[in-house]
Amino acid sequence: MSDVLHDLNVESLRKEFPILSQNVHGRPLVFLDSAASAQKPRTVIDSMRFVMESQYANVHRGLHYMSEKTSDAYEAVRDKVAGFLNAASRDEIVFTRNGTESINLVAYTYGRTALKPGDAVAVSAMEHHANLVPWQMLRDAHGTELRIVEITDSGEIDFESLERVFADGKVKLLAVTHMSNVLGSYTPVERLAAFAHERGARILIDGCQAIVHRKVDVQAMGADFYVFSGHKLYGPTGIGVLYGRAELLEAMPPFLGGGDMIEHVSFEKSRWAKPPHRFEAGTPAIIETIGLGAAIDFVNEIGFPAIAAHERALTEHALSVLGNIEGLRILGQAQDRGGVVSFTMRDVHAHDIATLLDRQGIAVRAGQHCAEPLMGRMGVTSTARASFALYTLPREIDALAEGLLRIQRMFA
Amino acid sequence: MNADPYQALVMERSRKPLFARRPHGTDAEGEGRNRMCGDAVHVFLARAGMHVGHESEGCAILLASADLMAEAVAGKSRDEVFELQRDFLAMVKTGQEKPALGALNALAGLASFPARQRCATLPWDALSEALNNG
Repeated sequence: MSDVLHDLNVESLRKEFPILSQNVHGRPLVFLDSAASAQKPRTVIDSMRFVMESQYANVHRGLHYMSEKTSDAYEAVRDKVAGFLNAASRDEIVFTRNGTESINLVAYTYGRTALKPGDAVAVSAMEHHANLVPWQMLRDAHGTELRIVEITDSGEIDFESLERVFADGKVKLLAVTHMSNVLGSYTPVERLAAFAHERGARILIDGCQAIVHRKVDVQAMGADFYVFSGHKLYGPTGIGVLYGRAELLEAMPPFLGGGDMIEHVSFEKSRWAKPPHRFEAGTPAIIETIGLGAAIDFVNEIGFPAIAAHERALTEHALSVLGNIEGLRILGQAQDRGGVVSFTMRDVHAHDIATLLDRQGIAVRAGQHCAEPLMGRMGVTSTARASFALYTLPREIDALAEGLLRIQRMFA
Repeated sequence: MNADPYQALVMERSRKPLFARRPHGTDAEGEGRNRMCGDAVHVFLARAGMHVGHESEGCAILLASADLMAEAVAGKSRDEVFELQRDFLAMVKTGQEKPALGALNALAGLASFPARQRCATLPWDALSEALNNG
């Protein structure tokens, strides 16, 4: 691992995350649940405190100093996100509450106007509930069809199934994850986008997991919509992003009505503001948005090449040490996979694993991971999941493996 | 209060349950499901004599709790079972053991693990359903 630590000084980076020095049940915290939500660096915490202490008012409303300063800081994050995703324009960046809300926004507005009853939406079998349930709701309310693209046993998109799902030409939107929150598989989004576009469909990509681990270029990958949450990217909760291609956002009606999303209002009717403000009704999450900006600066400063190399080495290390534990089954063997490892252990339930690891100071997630249908597809009812971040150390994975062996002895 | 919910009795009964069966004369059934993890317990009840059996799929806490419950309620009246359930729920929340709970006190350590209390109470929900169905 020495070459990896050479690229990324993890020990010194960890000092930027105040929570990582905490003890849990008398042991140093080993936090292996970053895929659920990542810990926050001091720069994010400080940026939010700074806004509240020295530069806060509502945005887009006041003609006074504080409102102007806050509006500038808020809108500067839109530029930052546009640059981060390589969007063609800042107007393609809509702030939402989280990735889930971004998908619901698209399902509700694009889904009910651009899609017609009888059109089909296709999702993969490894979607988070956030990229499944909104399309079920659209189906029930609007008469669209919902189709499932199968995955292979290794946890990759099954392109034969994809062909079959698209064969009758009814699919008008492919909504697919960029990285599975359970299996860690990356999907070949460029290929999927080209596939959808060749057949006259659009593509929405759920980037909640992938955005943390690799450089995303929405133009290069051909995304029509790309969504992510701030809190997994070392930013605060309550702020998410929807990227939408300008022509698509232009044609979409608002999601929520209220202040800030209108151009003109009379008692009879209203005229909508242009995107992105059309989709940002009411006072937005100003402080959280500014926190997201600080998180993006933090990640950019470290750089994705170093982050990706570190996480690749961690994942290989994890697959190797966990793979050596007898009776432990790792779900999914995708060629292209990231720092999320779900597993089951013979004779020990995932919840027992999580509770017993917790008592050793090790935090993992256990359960269905908001992906209940995928659990059925993989033939399990629940799994334990360890997930890694830029602050994860190889020795924390070793601690996990030792903890698992201890639990195994207890259940033997 | 013992802070460890994985006591020897819990481990033993999760591995080798004594009541994982459908009792003779079963005339009511109930089911409990934990949506968070997919765990499930199915309770069989023969009201005459309050004979309870279970079919459980889940963690050690759920399996042991279902089995210890079946043992604890055997031969009791309906009212006594509901009283035992109230005492059990209070014990799991507070960690305060109670002589009347007998072997069920082995689960008192769950007071320190709020996220896992549901695993222990699920079989009791299923039994309530069976009693109310009956």
